[in-house]
Amino acid sequence: MRRDRLRVLLYSLLIGAVLLGLWQAAVAGKPPGKSIPGPLAVGKTAAEMLAHPFYDHGPNDKGIGLQLGASLGRMAIGYTIASVIAVSLGVLLGLSPVLYRAVNPYIQVLKPISPLAWMPLFLYTIRDSAQAAVLVIVMSSLWPTLANTAFGVASIKRDYLNVAEILQLSWPRRLVTVILPAAAPAIVAGLRISIGSAWVAIVAAEMLIGGTGIGYFVWNEWNNLALTSVIFAILAIGVIGVLLDAGLGRLSRKLAYQES
Amino acid sequence: MTAGYLLVDHVSKTFPPAEGRGDGLNVFEDVTLEIARGEFVTMIGHSGCGKSTLLNIIAGLEHASRGGVVLEGREVTRPGMDRMVVFQNFSLMPWMTAFDNIRLAVRAAHPAWSRAEVAAHVQRWVDMVGLAGAESKRPAALSGGMRQRVGLARAFSTEPKVLLLDEPFAQIDALTRGVIQDELVRMWSATHNTVFMVTHDVDEAILLSDRIALMTRSPRAQLAELVEVKLARPRRRADLIDDPEFLRLRAQILKFLLEG
Repeated sequence: MRRDRLRVLLYSLLIGAVLLGLWQAAVAGKPPGKSIPGPLAVGKTAAEMLAHPFYDHGPNDKGIGLQLGASLGRMAIGYTIASVIAVSLGVLLGLSPVLYRAVNPYIQVLKPISPLAWMPLFLYTIRDSAQAAVLVIVMSSLWPTLANTAFGVASIKRDYLNVAEILQLSWPRRLVTVILPAAAPAIVAGLRISIGSAWVAIVAAEMLIGGTGIGYFVWNEWNNLALTSVIFAILAIGVIGVLLDAGLGRLSRKLAYQES
Repeated sequence: MTAGYLLVDHVSKTFPPAEGRGDGLNVFEDVTLEIARGEFVTMIGHSGCGKSTLLNIIAGLEHASRGGVVLEGREVTRPGMDRMVVFQNFSLMPWMTAFDNIRLAVRAAHPAWSRAEVAAHVQRWVDMVGLAGAESKRPAALSGGMRQRVGLARAFSTEPKVLLLDEPFAQIDALTRGVIQDELVRMWSATHNTVFMVTHDVDEAILLSDRIALMTRSPRAQLAELVEVKLARPRRRADLIDDPEFLRLRAQILKFLLEG
């Protein structure tokens, strides 16, 4: 096991070094306008940006930390709203097969719609681009959690519900002590997919609405032709995505249980 | 004997026909059984004679097609805390520790108790069934015997009027089974509970019961005979092995099962 882990790490570093080497070799010696910047140039920009992540020089010049913070703040609001709606509705649908089948066609139609397609409607109805972006996050993170919660609750073993029935647990208690813990692994799996889609959607939404956020930052730097910043931002988006997923991965391990 | 504490009154169960055609499956028909307060009655019969279905009907988890169940003069149609079930597959909540599984039931039975009172009561039953030291483990980490100890403690700790035991020892290895049967007898004599058990283990039935109800084969299974067990209590397994009355009962029941 330990040996394997060491080898995995070694191969990983090796693959990374080769990729960076190829990248550097491909762009080396070419004039700036003719190719994308190499890893060394990106690294230099990254070092500068990470040295002052939170500076604020007006609307078009903010540190990367502030931009990421703005995106994460929007995400937190939209994702929380979506999760509360999705889990509540999912529990309801999971407990009522008839309702589930009645509502399912609508879910199936709404699910494949890109959350960005809603943007014009949101902009028109609420006339506030920041709130519209939050609603896009809601739309992007609603469906996976909803579908997984409904499935998880619908597949709770009859035995557990029978015990709840015999103990005549009140509705809130039944929800907290039996239904939610029994369906927790499925719910968290849905939440994990949802946070991924939300993070994907926020970048695109912020490119459209402008103002703040990592998506806006990428677009703004593109307009400035500052490609080193664009590339660094792309990497930062990836790293934050991994961290978000890892957080829910931990939660999922904590709530997992072994059927006995 | 004060008859009629728990009355199974002309109960029949017919499962609806598959795909709506034919007459359906009549599992058992016109079963009438009176159980006195504090009595231990066991139902024995071949697989599929509907004995577990009858137990579920008494529990309120299934409904009789005809007839009804009366407890202390009141008809029961829904599950309730006055009738606790010990399940063949234990039906413990796998995400809870052994202690929390019992506590769920005690809290349901005594909503007015403080946390400390509930915990003390749970601990008493943990000690009583020999779970001490294992109470903080989850069911998946416990052996079959230990799991059923949790199941028994969960049922007994709520002090129900009637205990319904659905082949509680079927999934427990033979050596542990004897130990837990003795514990069951101890708990039963301490609490003077009324017990209805289903099993297909003849020795177990004779060891534990005051009366044994013999079911014929399904379909249209019927209650053929009620055998009284006039062996003095406490009964010791070792003494029973060559007790003439035990051997006579055993032969009588086995003969019925083989010929019936």
